[in-house]
Amino acid sequence: MNFFFEVLIGGLLSGVMYALVALGFVMIYKASGVFNFAQGAMVYLAALSVVGCMEKGAPLWLAIILAFAIMTAFGIATEKFVLRKLVNQPPIALFMATIGLAFFIEGVAPMVFGSEPRALELGIVDEPIPWVLDNWNMVISKFDLVAAGVAAVLVATLALFFQYTRIGRALRAVADDHQAALSIGIPLQNIWAIVWGVAGFVALVAGMMWGARNGVQFALTFTALKALPVLILGGFTSVPGAIVGGLIIGASEKLAEIYIPPVMQDWFGGNFGGIEGWFPYVLALLFLLVRPEGLFGEKHIDRV
Amino acid sequence: MLYREAGQFKTTYAADQQIFPIRQDRIGVIALLVVAFLGVPLFASEYWFSAILIPFLIFALAALGLNVLTGYAGQLSLGSAAFMAVGAYAAYNFQLRVEGIPILVSFICAGLTAAGVGILFGLPSLRIKGFYLAVATLAAQFFIVWCLTKFPWLSNNSSSGVISTQRLIIFGHELTTPVEKYLLVLAIVVVMALAAKNMVRSATGRAWMAVRDMDVAASVIGIKLMQTKLLAFAVSSFYCGVAGALYAFCYLGSVEPDGFSLEMSFKILFMIIIGGVGSIMGSFLGAAFILLLPIFLDIALPFFADLFGLPFSSATVSHIQITVFGALIMFFLIVEPHGLARLWQIAKEKLRLWPFPH
Repeated sequence: MNFFFEVLIGGLLSGVMYALVALGFVMIYKASGVFNFAQGAMVYLAALSVVGCMEKGAPLWLAIILAFAIMTAFGIATEKFVLRKLVNQPPIALFMATIGLAFFIEGVAPMVFGSEPRALELGIVDEPIPWVLDNWNMVISKFDLVAAGVAAVLVATLALFFQYTRIGRALRAVADDHQAALSIGIPLQNIWAIVWGVAGFVALVAGMMWGARNGVQFALTFTALKALPVLILGGFTSVPGAIVGGLIIGASEKLAEIYIPPVMQDWFGGNFGGIEGWFPYVLALLFLLVRPEGLFGEKHIDRV
Repeated sequence: MLYREAGQFKTTYAADQQIFPIRQDRIGVIALLVVAFLGVPLFASEYWFSAILIPFLIFALAALGLNVLTGYAGQLSLGSAAFMAVGAYAAYNFQLRVEGIPILVSFICAGLTAAGVGILFGLPSLRIKGFYLAVATLAAQFFIVWCLTKFPWLSNNSSSGVISTQRLIIFGHELTTPVEKYLLVLAIVVVMALAAKNMVRSATGRAWMAVRDMDVAASVIGIKLMQTKLLAFAVSSFYCGVAGALYAFCYLGSVEPDGFSLEMSFKILFMIIIGGVGSIMGSFLGAAFILLLPIFLDIALPFFADLFGLPFSSATVSHIQITVFGALIMFFLIVEPHGLARLWQIAKEKLRLWPFPH
């Protein structure tokens, strides 16, 4: 039972890491209706630019500020040169454009900052917390706990930002209805630039957490793929959905990885590890059959 | 002037309904086929066959399959490589386990197997659409590749799922040279492309397009959504499956599950975006473009590097390739969302008046 809880908590905490990436998707989807496939590439770009700046001799805080500047500039450029030209195109076209954008970043970022895998030192060690280890005999990583804390702070900040600031209200208005927002004088294009900036910030946080954990390398772009089932489980438009979805996916995939392969081995023989790779997708798929709009997504009504 | 339908009167329904209604198109297609079947084998070198022409035709077939699903029926799929994998492994297993099965029959069976799997993974499309569906098809991508790696029966107990395909024997004649393989692939692709062309202008194709444009409206006018969508998944997967079988048997000869990666699915998706979403010819143009671009960059980049005295490592070249790829996708979507096929259409309209545009 102890082992079960250890796996469960480990899974929940790693789910928070997925949620961090998923949040970036939700931000952009909420405000502009674009499903931004490049979010994973943005995470990679953010982590790379932090590491790159530190290699050039900048201290950590300066590197973070520089990376944030890069992400913001990048977001604004994306809005200006790609999305603005694609206004009124079907959402699928925008989605495909962001796939192109992802490739673009994956090509440019390593050319600028170098492609070899590097470590990112944030001063948090990835080791078990002694107190928990002594009292309950469970291995809970200190780093995962910090990541969960960061995610909680990030979500709270975003929630406050959306709820109480002028820009946040404008963002919600745009998310509700572009035309109506335009007609009451909200500058749509500025708002989109801000959204991409915020998404860049979320990508920066996610990139630093993931980079510190697994090293800054190309594999960071795959975090986006892990975030997709989280998204469809939680609903594209919901910030709490991203968190809850992340927790569910994280916990269930770790539990599945531990408990399903032995059963399959009994049935078929052979080695069935690596279930983690597809389990979240199948879980999300089955879930969608029951609730097509995700846990917290808005119910979609079709009109002819 | 030269390309004009004026004066071509149709006096029978059969003439009115034929697949290429304009005489110039018919001449063009026949000329193209003659060149492809007779001209190319005479002049192309072995390298051309095995490195460019065969993969081009195979990927064009896969792109055609995806185009049926995404371009005509409007169901975005990110799992086409997985259906190719199903086709490849199914063809291998039919050859292996069914005594004396002709190779073409096993290709068809491979396509049908892929179609079955496609229907299975198409089931969610009845409930979900758009991006949710795209993510759902990722489940197919990862799950199928995982299955092929982990179940040793599927790859006849080879390590890590690598299979080496059997010999290609058709009517007692073994195909060994690239030219023969090319002709086999070409024949299959031509037949299937014509079938697709006919399918999309039939009632089925019109139903697909209605569903693509708005599925609720389509169901209101009496199109059965379930049948239509699942048929699109089946046909698309059939095409991808046959393409996968050809990929294994005629192109590589030995494949592993991880070769059919998500990257390949994206490649096929890019082919239809660049070629033209919802266009049969676009699948071919897109496949040619996506396959030739890396080869072109491989040749062009060192040349530019020499020209400007820049040291390009192979890593840089691959990064530039990815960058150019991404930039081109965005460029095409912005400038010409309908792809290369649309450019050809515009050219045809210009040709109608050429050389006296006024």
